[in-house]
Amino acid sequence: MALTKPIKSLWEIPREERFVGGHAACQGCGAALILRHLMKVVGKDAIVVNATGCMEVISTLFPRTAWRNPWLHLAFENAGAAASGVEAALKALQRKGVLDKNRYIKVVAIAGDGGTFDIGLQSLSGMLERGHDVMYVVYDNEAYMNTGIQRSGATPYGAWTTTTPVGKKFRGEWRPKKDIVGIAYAHRIPYIATANPAYPIDMINKFIKAYNTRGPSLVHVLAPCTPGWRIPESKSIEVAKLAVQTGMWVLLEIENGKPKVTVKVRKRRPVREYLKMQGRFRHLKDEDIKKIQEMVDKYVEEINRWVGEEAIGPVEEK
Amino acid sequence: MSTNQEKGFPERFLGKKYPETMEDLPIAAIVPWPGSTLDVTTHAWRTFRPVINQDKCVRCRLCWIYCPDGAILEVDEEYTTSTGKKYKVSFKVDYDHCKGCGICANECPVKAIEMVPEMK
Repeated sequence: MALTKPIKSLWEIPREERFVGGHAACQGCGAALILRHLMKVVGKDAIVVNATGCMEVISTLFPRTAWRNPWLHLAFENAGAAASGVEAALKALQRKGVLDKNRYIKVVAIAGDGGTFDIGLQSLSGMLERGHDVMYVVYDNEAYMNTGIQRSGATPYGAWTTTTPVGKKFRGEWRPKKDIVGIAYAHRIPYIATANPAYPIDMINKFIKAYNTRGPSLVHVLAPCTPGWRIPESKSIEVAKLAVQTGMWVLLEIENGKPKVTVKVRKRRPVREYLKMQGRFRHLKDEDIKKIQEMVDKYVEEINRWVGEEAIGPVEEK
Repeated sequence: MSTNQEKGFPERFLGKKYPETMEDLPIAAIVPWPGSTLDVTTHAWRTFRPVINQDKCVRCRLCWIYCPDGAILEVDEEYTTSTGKKYKVSFKVDYDHCKGCGICANECPVKAIEMVPEMK
Protein backbone atom coordinates (compact mmCIF):
# COMPACT_ATOMS: atom_id res chain seq x y z
CA MET A 1 0.00 0.00 0.00
CA ALA A 2 1.32 3.31 -0.98
CA LEU A 3 1.29 6.04 1.62
CA THR A 4 -1.22 8.79 0.88
CA LYS A 5 -1.14 11.05 3.96
CA PRO A 6 1.94 12.96 5.16
CA ILE A 7 3.70 11.28 8.06
CA LYS A 8 4.50 13.01 11.33
CA SER A 9 6.70 10.51 13.11
CA LEU A 10 9.33 7.98 12.16
CA TRP A 11 7.07 5.19 13.39
CA GLU A 12 4.64 5.71 10.51
CA ILE A 13 7.18 4.47 7.96
CA PRO A 14 6.06 1.00 6.82
CA ARG A 15 8.23 -1.90 7.88
CA GLU A 16 7.93 -3.75 4.58
CA GLU A 17 11.08 -3.68 2.45
CA ARG A 18 10.63 -3.39 -1.31
CA PHE A 19 14.27 -2.67 -2.06
CA VAL A 20 15.98 -5.45 -0.16
CA GLY A 21 19.49 -5.91 1.17
CA GLY A 22 22.21 -7.98 -0.40
CA HIS A 23 22.73 -5.48 -3.19
CA ALA A 24 26.26 -4.42 -4.10
CA ALA A 25 26.16 -0.75 -3.03
CA CYS A 26 29.24 0.56 -1.26
CA GLN A 27 29.29 0.62 2.51
CA GLY A 28 27.32 3.62 3.72
CA CYS A 29 25.75 4.42 0.33
CA GLY A 30 23.31 7.31 0.52
CA ALA A 31 21.53 6.51 -2.74
CA ALA A 32 20.61 2.96 -1.66
CA LEU A 33 19.09 4.46 1.50
CA ILE A 34 17.02 6.86 -0.61
CA LEU A 35 15.69 4.03 -2.78
CA ARG A 36 14.83 1.95 0.27
CA HIS A 37 12.57 4.72 1.58
CA LEU A 38 11.22 5.58 -1.87
CA MET A 39 10.05 2.01 -2.38
CA LYS A 40 8.45 1.95 1.07
CA VAL A 41 6.42 5.01 0.03
CA VAL A 42 5.31 3.90 -3.44
CA GLY A 43 4.40 0.35 -2.43
CA LYS A 44 3.56 -2.46 -4.78
CA ASP A 45 1.53 -0.61 -7.42
CA ALA A 46 4.49 1.06 -9.08
CA ILE A 47 6.64 0.36 -12.09
CA VAL A 48 10.25 1.41 -11.65
CA VAL A 49 12.09 2.75 -14.68
CA ASN A 50 15.79 2.99 -13.91
CA ALA A 51 18.40 4.72 -16.04
CA THR A 52 21.95 3.45 -16.01
CA GLY A 53 23.90 4.58 -13.00
CA CYS A 54 25.07 3.34 -9.65
CA MET A 55 21.64 2.18 -8.53
CA GLU A 56 21.01 0.21 -11.70
CA VAL A 57 24.35 -1.55 -11.50
CA ILE A 58 24.32 -2.40 -7.82
CA SER A 59 20.71 -3.60 -7.54
CA THR A 60 20.49 -6.04 -10.42
CA LEU A 61 23.47 -8.34 -10.61
CA PHE A 62 22.12 -10.91 -13.04
CA PRO A 63 20.40 -13.28 -12.27
CA ARG A 64 19.41 -11.55 -9.02
CA THR A 65 17.42 -8.42 -8.29
CA ALA A 66 17.05 -6.30 -5.18
CA TRP A 67 13.67 -4.97 -6.32
CA ARG A 68 10.28 -6.34 -5.38
CA ASN A 69 8.55 -4.23 -8.02
CA PRO A 70 8.42 -4.48 -11.82
CA TRP A 71 11.69 -2.92 -12.89
CA LEU A 72 13.00 -1.83 -16.28
CA HIS A 73 16.63 -1.35 -17.16
CA LEU A 74 17.44 1.53 -19.52
CA ALA A 75 20.29 3.32 -21.16
CA PHE A 76 21.69 6.52 -19.67
CA GLU A 77 19.76 8.97 -21.83
CA ASN A 78 16.20 7.69 -21.98
CA ALA A 79 14.74 7.39 -18.47
CA GLY A 80 12.25 10.17 -19.23
CA ALA A 81 11.32 8.80 -22.65
CA ALA A 82 10.83 5.23 -21.45
CA ALA A 83 8.85 6.35 -18.41
CA SER A 84 6.56 8.32 -20.77
CA GLY A 85 6.11 5.19 -22.88
CA VAL A 86 5.28 2.98 -19.92
CA GLU A 87 2.77 5.53 -18.65
CA ALA A 88 1.13 5.81 -22.10
CA ALA A 89 0.96 2.01 -22.37
CA LEU A 90 -0.71 1.76 -18.95
CA LYS A 91 -3.29 4.34 -20.05
CA ALA A 92 -3.98 2.44 -23.29
CA LEU A 93 -4.32 -0.90 -21.47
CA GLN A 94 -6.73 0.65 -18.98
CA ARG A 95 -8.76 2.18 -21.79
CA LYS A 96 -8.99 -1.19 -23.52
CA GLY A 97 -10.03 -2.92 -20.32
CA VAL A 98 -6.99 -5.17 -20.05
CA LEU A 99 -6.03 -3.59 -16.74
CA ASP A 100 -8.43 -2.60 -13.99
CA LYS A 101 -9.44 1.02 -14.53
CA ASN A 102 -9.70 1.78 -10.81
CA ARG A 103 -6.23 0.55 -10.03
CA TYR A 104 -3.76 3.41 -9.92
CA ILE A 105 -0.32 2.38 -11.08
CA LYS A 106 2.46 4.92 -10.73
CA VAL A 107 5.48 5.06 -12.99
CA VAL A 108 8.62 5.95 -11.02
CA ALA A 109 11.67 7.00 -12.98
CA ILE A 110 14.98 6.88 -11.13
CA ALA A 111 18.18 8.37 -12.51
CA GLY A 112 21.43 9.67 -11.16
CA ASP A 113 22.83 13.11 -11.70
CA GLY A 114 24.68 12.03 -14.86
CA GLY A 115 21.51 10.50 -16.32
CA THR A 116 19.54 13.66 -15.51
CA PHE A 117 21.78 16.74 -15.60
CA ASP A 118 23.87 15.77 -18.62
CA ILE A 119 22.91 12.79 -20.74
CA GLY A 120 19.21 12.41 -19.96
CA LEU A 121 18.29 16.09 -19.92
CA GLN A 122 16.49 16.16 -23.26
CA SER A 123 14.30 13.12 -22.55
CA LEU A 124 13.51 14.53 -19.08
CA SER A 125 12.56 17.85 -20.65
CA GLY A 126 10.29 16.08 -23.13
CA MET A 127 8.63 14.09 -20.38
CA LEU A 128 7.98 17.19 -18.27
CA GLU A 129 6.74 19.15 -21.26
CA ARG A 130 4.25 16.49 -22.38
CA GLY A 131 2.88 16.24 -18.84
CA HIS A 132 3.14 12.50 -18.29
CA ASP A 133 2.05 11.17 -14.92
CA VAL A 134 5.54 10.14 -13.86
CA MET A 135 7.42 10.64 -10.61
CA TYR A 136 11.04 11.35 -11.44
CA VAL A 137 13.58 10.89 -8.66
CA VAL A 138 17.12 12.19 -9.12
CA TYR A 139 19.69 10.92 -6.66
CA ASP A 140 22.51 13.40 -6.89
CA ASN A 141 25.93 12.12 -5.81
CA GLU A 142 27.57 15.00 -7.66
CA ALA A 143 29.70 13.07 -10.19
CA TYR A 144 29.73 9.88 -12.29
CA MET A 145 30.55 7.73 -9.29
CA ASN A 146 29.77 4.40 -10.93
CA THR A 147 32.44 4.68 -13.60
CA GLY A 148 35.04 6.12 -11.23
CA ILE A 149 34.31 9.71 -10.17
CA GLN A 150 34.21 11.71 -13.40
CA ARG A 151 32.72 15.19 -13.25
CA SER A 152 29.09 15.78 -14.20
CA GLY A 153 26.92 18.86 -14.46
CA ALA A 154 26.10 18.40 -10.78
CA THR A 155 29.66 18.55 -9.49
CA PRO A 156 29.95 21.56 -7.17
CA TYR A 157 32.55 24.30 -7.52
CA GLY A 158 35.97 23.34 -6.22
CA ALA A 159 35.41 19.59 -6.01
CA TRP A 160 38.13 17.18 -7.04
CA THR A 161 37.16 14.46 -9.54
CA THR A 162 39.31 12.34 -11.84
CA THR A 163 38.46 14.61 -14.78
CA THR A 164 38.84 17.84 -12.82
CA PRO A 165 42.17 17.09 -11.14
CA VAL A 166 44.03 19.40 -8.85
CA GLY A 167 47.10 20.90 -10.52
CA LYS A 168 48.85 24.17 -11.08
CA LYS A 169 46.35 25.68 -13.51
CA PHE A 170 43.05 24.29 -12.27
CA ARG A 171 42.22 23.41 -8.72
CA GLY A 172 39.31 21.00 -9.04
CA GLU A 173 36.00 21.81 -10.72
CA TRP A 174 35.87 25.44 -11.87
CA ARG A 175 32.24 25.57 -13.00
CA PRO A 176 29.26 25.96 -10.67
CA LYS A 177 26.61 23.30 -10.22
CA LYS A 178 23.75 23.17 -12.70
CA ASP A 179 20.36 24.20 -11.29
CA ILE A 180 18.09 21.27 -12.18
CA VAL A 181 15.26 22.56 -9.99
CA GLY A 182 15.30 25.81 -11.98
CA ILE A 183 15.18 23.84 -15.23
CA ALA A 184 12.23 21.79 -14.01
CA TYR A 185 10.54 24.95 -12.68
CA ALA A 186 10.77 26.48 -16.16
CA HIS A 187 8.59 23.61 -17.43
CA ARG A 188 5.76 24.70 -15.07
CA ILE A 189 5.24 21.20 -13.66
CA PRO A 190 2.95 20.65 -10.66
CA TYR A 191 5.49 19.40 -8.12
CA ILE A 192 9.24 19.86 -7.65
CA ALA A 193 11.18 19.24 -4.44
CA THR A 194 14.68 18.85 -3.11
CA ALA A 195 15.26 16.33 -0.34
CA ASN A 196 17.99 14.93 1.83
CA PRO A 197 18.23 11.44 3.41
CA ALA A 198 19.44 12.93 6.70
CA TYR A 199 15.94 14.40 7.10
CA PRO A 200 13.89 11.22 6.57
CA ILE A 201 10.44 12.54 7.51
CA ASP A 202 10.81 15.53 5.20
CA MET A 203 12.14 13.30 2.39
CA ILE A 204 9.34 10.75 2.76
CA ASN A 205 6.66 13.46 2.84
CA LYS A 206 8.06 14.83 -0.40
CA PHE A 207 7.96 11.36 -1.96
CA ILE A 208 4.35 11.00 -0.78
CA LYS A 209 3.40 14.35 -2.33
CA ALA A 210 5.18 13.50 -5.58
CA TYR A 211 3.43 10.12 -5.62
CA ASN A 212 0.03 11.74 -5.16
CA THR A 213 0.61 14.37 -7.83
CA ARG A 214 -1.27 13.62 -11.03
CA GLY A 215 1.21 14.83 -13.58
CA PRO A 216 4.98 15.06 -13.77
CA SER A 217 6.88 15.56 -10.53
CA LEU A 218 10.58 15.76 -9.83
CA VAL A 219 12.34 15.09 -6.54
CA HIS A 220 16.00 16.01 -6.38
CA VAL A 221 17.74 14.16 -3.54
CA LEU A 222 21.28 14.61 -2.32
CA ALA A 223 22.98 11.20 -2.11
CA PRO A 224 26.23 11.15 -0.13
CA CYS A 225 28.79 8.95 -1.87
CA THR A 226 31.49 7.61 0.46
CA PRO A 227 34.20 6.70 -2.10
CA GLY A 228 33.55 9.67 -4.38
CA TRP A 229 33.33 12.33 -1.71
CA ARG A 230 36.26 10.77 0.16
CA ILE A 231 34.45 10.46 3.46
CA PRO A 232 34.46 7.61 6.01
CA GLU A 233 31.60 5.12 5.52
CA SER A 234 29.95 5.96 8.82
CA LYS A 235 29.80 9.72 8.16
CA SER A 236 27.54 9.84 5.10
CA ILE A 237 24.44 10.90 7.03
CA GLU A 238 26.45 13.40 9.08
CA VAL A 239 27.77 15.05 5.89
CA ALA A 240 24.28 15.15 4.37
CA LYS A 241 22.97 16.84 7.50
CA LEU A 242 25.76 19.42 7.35
CA ALA A 243 24.89 20.19 3.72
CA VAL A 244 21.51 21.47 4.92
CA GLN A 245 22.86 23.23 8.01
CA THR A 246 25.49 25.14 6.02
CA GLY A 247 23.05 26.22 3.29
CA MET A 248 24.81 24.23 0.57
CA TRP A 249 21.59 22.26 0.13
CA VAL A 250 18.24 23.98 0.68
CA LEU A 251 15.20 21.78 1.25
CA LEU A 252 12.73 23.33 -1.16
CA GLU A 253 9.29 22.40 -2.32
CA ILE A 254 7.55 24.01 -5.29
CA GLU A 255 3.89 23.13 -5.46
CA ASN A 256 2.05 24.52 -8.48
CA GLY A 257 4.64 27.25 -8.86
CA LYS A 258 4.66 28.31 -5.18
CA PRO A 259 8.10 27.89 -3.60
CA LYS A 260 8.48 26.99 0.07
CA VAL A 261 11.41 26.06 2.27
CA THR A 262 10.36 23.00 4.29
CA VAL A 263 13.29 22.80 6.69
CA LYS A 264 14.20 26.28 7.87
CA VAL A 265 17.70 26.95 9.15
CA ARG A 266 17.70 29.89 11.55
CA LYS A 267 21.47 30.05 11.98
CA ARG A 268 23.60 28.77 9.16
CA ARG A 269 26.93 27.12 9.88
CA PRO A 270 30.00 28.14 7.83
CA VAL A 271 30.58 26.02 4.71
CA ARG A 272 34.10 25.30 5.97
CA GLU A 273 32.65 22.62 8.27
CA TYR A 274 31.00 20.84 5.33
CA LEU A 275 34.05 21.14 3.06
CA LYS A 276 36.59 20.08 5.70
CA MET A 277 34.79 16.76 6.24
CA GLN A 278 35.30 15.66 2.64
CA GLY A 279 38.50 14.58 0.96
CA ARG A 280 37.35 15.89 -2.41
CA PHE A 281 37.67 19.45 -1.06
CA ARG A 282 40.97 18.76 0.72
CA HIS A 283 43.03 20.95 -1.63
CA LEU A 284 40.95 24.10 -1.04
CA LYS A 285 42.79 27.09 0.37
CA ASP A 286 41.26 29.77 2.54
CA GLU A 287 40.51 32.04 -0.40
CA ASP A 288 38.74 29.16 -2.24
CA ILE A 289 36.62 28.46 0.82
CA LYS A 290 35.84 32.18 1.07
CA LYS A 291 34.71 32.15 -2.57
CA ILE A 292 32.46 29.12 -1.98
CA GLN A 293 31.04 30.83 1.11
CA GLU A 294 30.22 33.88 -1.01
CA MET A 295 28.55 31.67 -3.65
CA VAL A 296 26.44 29.99 -0.95
CA ASP A 297 25.55 33.37 0.57
CA LYS A 298 24.36 34.57 -2.82
CA TYR A 299 22.37 31.38 -3.40
CA VAL A 300 20.72 31.62 0.02
CA GLU A 301 19.86 35.26 -0.62
CA GLU A 302 18.25 34.28 -3.93
CA ILE A 303 16.22 31.55 -2.22
CA ASN A 304 15.11 33.90 0.56
CA ARG A 305 14.00 36.49 -1.99
CA TRP A 306 12.19 33.80 -3.98
CA VAL A 307 10.21 32.36 -1.05
CA GLY A 308 9.60 35.86 0.35
CA GLU A 309 10.91 35.29 3.89
CA GLU A 310 14.16 34.69 5.69
CA ALA A 311 13.99 30.91 5.63
CA ILE A 312 17.73 30.41 5.77
CA GLY A 313 19.37 32.65 8.32
CA PRO A 314 22.82 34.29 8.43
CA VAL A 315 26.09 32.46 9.10
CA GLU A 316 27.01 32.03 12.71
CA GLU A 317 30.59 31.19 13.61
CA LYS A 318 31.01 28.95 16.62
CA MET B 1 7.28 -19.12 -9.36
CA SER B 2 4.98 -22.12 -9.07
CA THR B 3 1.93 -20.10 -10.18
CA ASN B 4 3.48 -19.17 -13.51
CA GLN B 5 4.56 -22.73 -14.12
CA GLU B 6 1.05 -23.96 -13.42
CA LYS B 7 -0.25 -21.66 -16.13
CA GLY B 8 2.05 -23.43 -18.56
CA PHE B 9 5.03 -21.14 -18.66
CA PRO B 10 7.94 -23.07 -20.11
CA GLU B 11 10.64 -23.59 -17.58
CA ARG B 12 13.22 -22.58 -20.14
CA PHE B 13 11.70 -19.10 -20.27
CA LEU B 14 12.05 -18.51 -16.56
CA GLY B 15 15.38 -20.21 -16.08
CA LYS B 16 16.68 -21.56 -12.82
CA LYS B 17 17.29 -19.57 -9.69
CA TYR B 18 20.66 -21.17 -9.20
CA PRO B 19 22.00 -21.51 -12.75
CA GLU B 20 24.90 -23.85 -13.42
CA THR B 21 25.20 -23.62 -17.20
CA MET B 22 24.31 -21.03 -19.86
CA GLU B 23 21.11 -22.95 -20.66
CA ASP B 24 19.81 -22.47 -17.14
CA LEU B 25 19.63 -18.70 -17.53
CA PRO B 26 16.27 -17.06 -18.24
CA ILE B 27 15.55 -15.85 -21.78
CA ALA B 28 15.87 -12.10 -22.50
CA ALA B 29 17.65 -11.56 -19.16
CA ILE B 30 14.34 -11.32 -17.34
CA VAL B 31 14.79 -11.86 -13.62
CA PRO B 32 11.62 -13.52 -12.31
CA TRP B 33 12.66 -13.63 -8.63
CA PRO B 34 11.82 -10.37 -6.88
CA GLY B 35 14.11 -9.54 -3.99
CA SER B 36 16.48 -12.38 -4.78
CA THR B 37 19.63 -10.51 -3.75
CA LEU B 38 18.66 -11.59 -0.24
CA ASP B 39 20.22 -14.94 -1.20
CA VAL B 40 23.53 -13.17 -1.59
CA THR B 41 25.38 -12.47 1.62
CA THR B 42 27.53 -9.38 1.99
CA HIS B 43 28.83 -10.12 5.49
CA ALA B 44 32.38 -10.66 4.20
CA TRP B 45 32.60 -6.93 3.34
CA ARG B 46 32.85 -5.76 6.90
CA THR B 47 35.76 -5.33 9.22
CA PHE B 48 33.67 -4.03 12.11
CA ARG B 49 30.47 -5.59 13.33
CA PRO B 50 27.68 -3.55 14.99
CA VAL B 51 26.49 -4.94 18.30
CA ILE B 52 23.33 -3.45 19.82
CA ASN B 53 23.19 -3.09 23.58
CA GLN B 54 19.50 -3.87 24.21
CA ASP B 55 19.60 -2.31 27.70
CA LYS B 56 20.90 1.03 26.44
CA CYS B 57 18.68 1.12 23.32
CA VAL B 58 15.76 3.57 23.57
CA ARG B 59 13.96 2.26 20.43
CA CYS B 60 14.12 5.53 18.51
CA ARG B 61 14.24 3.61 15.21
CA LEU B 62 17.04 5.79 13.79
CA CYS B 63 19.43 2.90 13.06
CA TRP B 64 16.66 1.15 11.18
CA ILE B 65 15.87 4.37 9.26
CA TYR B 66 19.44 5.12 8.27
CA CYS B 67 20.63 1.62 7.29
CA PRO B 68 21.21 1.58 3.50
CA ASP B 69 21.09 -2.22 3.36
CA GLY B 70 18.01 -2.89 5.44
CA ALA B 71 20.28 -4.86 7.72
CA ILE B 72 18.73 -3.65 10.96
CA LEU B 73 15.69 -5.79 11.65
CA GLU B 74 12.72 -4.54 13.62
CA VAL B 75 11.11 -7.48 15.38
CA ASP B 76 8.02 -7.69 17.59
CA GLU B 77 9.89 -9.03 20.57
CA GLU B 78 9.17 -7.76 24.05
CA TYR B 79 12.16 -6.77 26.07
CA THR B 80 12.51 -5.66 29.68
CA THR B 81 15.67 -3.73 30.49
CA SER B 82 17.64 -4.17 33.71
CA THR B 83 16.00 -1.00 35.05
CA GLY B 84 12.57 -2.51 34.46
CA LYS B 85 11.52 -0.57 31.35
CA LYS B 86 9.38 -2.54 28.93
CA TYR B 87 9.61 -2.26 25.15
CA LYS B 88 7.36 -3.93 22.60
CA VAL B 89 9.87 -3.97 19.75
CA SER B 90 13.52 -4.87 19.51
CA PHE B 91 16.15 -4.05 16.94
CA LYS B 92 18.50 -6.74 15.74
CA VAL B 93 21.26 -6.83 13.17
CA ASP B 94 21.00 -9.02 10.09
CA TYR B 95 24.62 -10.17 10.08
CA ASP B 96 24.21 -11.79 6.65
CA HIS B 97 23.62 -8.46 4.89
CA CYS B 98 25.30 -5.90 7.15
CA LYS B 99 28.31 -4.41 5.37
CA GLY B 100 29.67 -2.83 8.52
CA CYS B 101 29.52 0.80 7.40
CA GLY B 102 28.88 2.03 10.93
CA ILE B 103 26.18 4.61 10.12
CA CYS B 104 23.99 3.06 12.84
CA ALA B 105 26.69 3.42 15.49
CA ASN B 106 27.48 6.97 14.35
CA GLU B 107 23.85 8.11 14.34
CA CYS B 108 22.67 6.35 17.51
CA PRO B 109 21.69 9.15 19.94
CA VAL B 110 22.43 7.08 23.07
CA LYS B 111 25.50 5.26 21.69
CA ALA B 112 23.91 1.87 22.22
CA ILE B 113 25.59 0.39 19.15
CA GLU B 114 29.22 -0.57 19.35
CA MET B 115 31.44 -1.45 16.39
CA VAL B 116 33.40 -4.55 17.32
CA PRO B 117 36.32 -5.76 15.16
CA GLU B 118 35.41 -8.95 13.33
CA MET B 119 38.54 -10.80 14.38
CA LYS B 120 37.61 -10.86 18.05
